[in-house]
Amino acid sequence: MALTISYFAWVREQMGVAEEVVELPVELADLTALLAWLAARDGRGALAFAEPQRIRAAIDGVMMGPRAPLVGAREIALFPPVTGG
Amino acid sequence: MIRVAVQAAAIDVGAELDLHDAGGHGASASFVGRVRGDGGLVELFLEHHPVMTEAGLGDLAHAAADRWQLGALTLIHRVEAMAPGDTIVLVLASSPHRSEALAACEFLIDRLKTDVMLWKRETFGDGRVTWVEAREGDAVRAERWAR
Repeated sequence: MALTISYFAWVREQMGVAEEVVELPVELADLTALLAWLAARDGRGALAFAEPQRIRAAIDGVMMGPRAPLVGAREIALFPPVTGG
Repeated sequence: MIRVAVQAAAIDVGAELDLHDAGGHGASASFVGRVRGDGGLVELFLEHHPVMTEAGLGDLAHAAADRWQLGALTLIHRVEAMAPGDTIVLVLASSPHRSEALAACEFLIDRLKTDVMLWKRETFGDGRVTWVEAREGDAVRAERWAR
């Protein structure tokens, strides 16, 4: 399945792009599996997602936990814990 | 009246207060967050999401309006490049009752630190550039409002 992944803050810097369209293997069930797949894909992913517990995610505009399923997702945002205010 | 904004332009606190107060309210609570110049900081950059940052502020504003009796609510966050002393966030909450205005104001500032898509990047005079790490204490404060 093809979907858009966008990156923010240091995750964006380490990935070297703000967003990309990726073709995901169908067996990737949830966000945890997606982070592992990105970490294994190339050196940039390995750096950005070395510590998946430091990554937060939103699927189609809604913040989601690590076990959120990817089924039906069109856009996924990956980012560090937020620091506004 | 609920006013929510994400803007790169400077926040005009006086003008926002006038707009907020137009209805006339019994009690108005305010929080003004400013950029600190600690450690030789020369620029604070706030990265945001083009859609979800403002949507997140809107969700918080509506949650506050559902929870307390509010006559007006203003929630404005600045983004992109700022200098020490600049206003980064403005929260105004008005109610017929002071306790509700104060509680809503505190709820909004606590929760926007943990719930809204914003990331701080600091640049110092010696050239260091660092992304600010989320603080455990902020999560604890935000969690107090769970129910």
